[in-house]
Amino acid sequence: MRVRHLLSLAFASVLLCLAGAQAFAGQTNVAVAANFTDAAKEIAALFKQKTGHEAVLSFGSSGQFYTQIAQDAPFEVFLSADTERPAKLATNGLAVPTSRFTFAIGKLVLWSKDPALVKGKETLSSATFAKVSICNPVAAPYGAAAVEAMKALDVYDKLKPKFVEGANITQAYQFVATGNAEVGFVALSQLTGNPGGSRWMVPQNLYKPIRQDAVLLKKGANNPAAVAFMSFLKGPEARVIIEKYGYEFDSKNATM
Amino acid sequence: MTVPPEIWVSIRLTIALATATTVILLIVGTPIAWWLSRSRRRWKEAVAAVVALPLVLPPTVLGFYLLLLLGPQGPGGLIAGLWGGRTLAFTFEGLVIGSVIYSLPFVVQPIRNAFDAIGERPLEVAATLRASPWQAFWTVAVPLARPGFLTGAVLGFAHTVGEFGIVLMIGGSIPGKTKVLSVAIYDYVETSQWFEASILSAVLVIFAFTVIVAMMMLDKRLARPTA
Repeated sequence: MRVRHLLSLAFASVLLCLAGAQAFAGQTNVAVAANFTDAAKEIAALFKQKTGHEAVLSFGSSGQFYTQIAQDAPFEVFLSADTERPAKLATNGLAVPTSRFTFAIGKLVLWSKDPALVKGKETLSSATFAKVSICNPVAAPYGAAAVEAMKALDVYDKLKPKFVEGANITQAYQFVATGNAEVGFVALSQLTGNPGGSRWMVPQNLYKPIRQDAVLLKKGANNPAAVAFMSFLKGPEARVIIEKYGYEFDSKNATM
Repeated sequence: MTVPPEIWVSIRLTIALATATTVILLIVGTPIAWWLSRSRRRWKEAVAAVVALPLVLPPTVLGFYLLLLLGPQGPGGLIAGLWGGRTLAFTFEGLVIGSVIYSLPFVVQPIRNAFDAIGERPLEVAATLRASPWQAFWTVAVPLARPGFLTGAVLGFAHTVGEFGIVLMIGGSIPGKTKVLSVAIYDYVETSQWFEASILSAVLVIFAFTVIVAMMMLDKRLARPTA
């Protein structure tokens, strides 16, 4: 009898521990647009250190995540590369509308591994290269911004035959990094800690700001870890990391 | 709703790629299959394993290596230099190279099996009738192995049509050059154009079904004892 008592006591305490651990240190699945990969990893590490919660990150293109979330993927937070997809998820009842905010504003860079190739916009107009890498302009905001900038500079039609398209910004970067394309439009965040090659920061007046929105998905609405990650992303500690990776922080968030 | 013209471009490109790949694979794969079937060298199974590698390796591994090998720092860049290019990535030729490697086991294996099944006897008989090894190969081995060639060609073609990972990694999604069916589907899904995605997906489902049924019928015919 006593043994059984002890056993059930032990069992109960194990259960309690597990439940307690869950309450203190939760887990949340976060879908992260590819351009934000490195910053998100750093933020998640700090988030874990500060709150004990674990953010499990998945990286991919925003379009792919949108489709997956629409098909009931188990993501609880979505860090998109654009504003449209989070908004659409909110109107479709898949995300919490009030949770939506701009966590970063992306910067577009024309980049080459060749230290002499990229000098400025004249690099685009003289077009001495064979291939320019961009990401899919319909699916990815950095691709759309690149197209917009090229149109503003009146070089789009001339460069179009030289386009190679990556499925996402990581691939657009990869094509340049492996030397297969001489130049490419990439996110400034991807060049963090990489001073090599030559680059031109595309002036902001040539393309609409790449506002990247985060949204709390319906699946995460009742998960304290997911909610905590959203507010952590807005906070000053995340801001330092976001800016370090070459994004602009939305000043609206600072007042909150 | 009508089928957008770019879908036809993708379909034509895919057929061209699969055809070119299959022809090259039959030319390259036949001697390899013959050697694997006839050689008595002990390390031939190591070669067979290398040929079979793409069966197991994820396309991302092949795609990654190819991206480096085809690029300006690799042999691909040297070859492209012959006609003034700097890389074989993003070209139709580059995709053919990738597809040949990727589909190699699907062609070599059935042909080798067919050669194995012939055995020594028919070739020995041919030799006693004064056929040179070259003649015996063409007039005895190849006709007897015909089902193997057929299977290999169908599988090689079908597998190339179904290729995705490598093309995505080395293609650059250029319409008419590297944007094959599977990549077009991926792009449509990415951009929420589900109507187009579903048309193309249905085409591939029907194609795959046809191929499998054809293979099963072929197998049945082969299983029948020959008179």
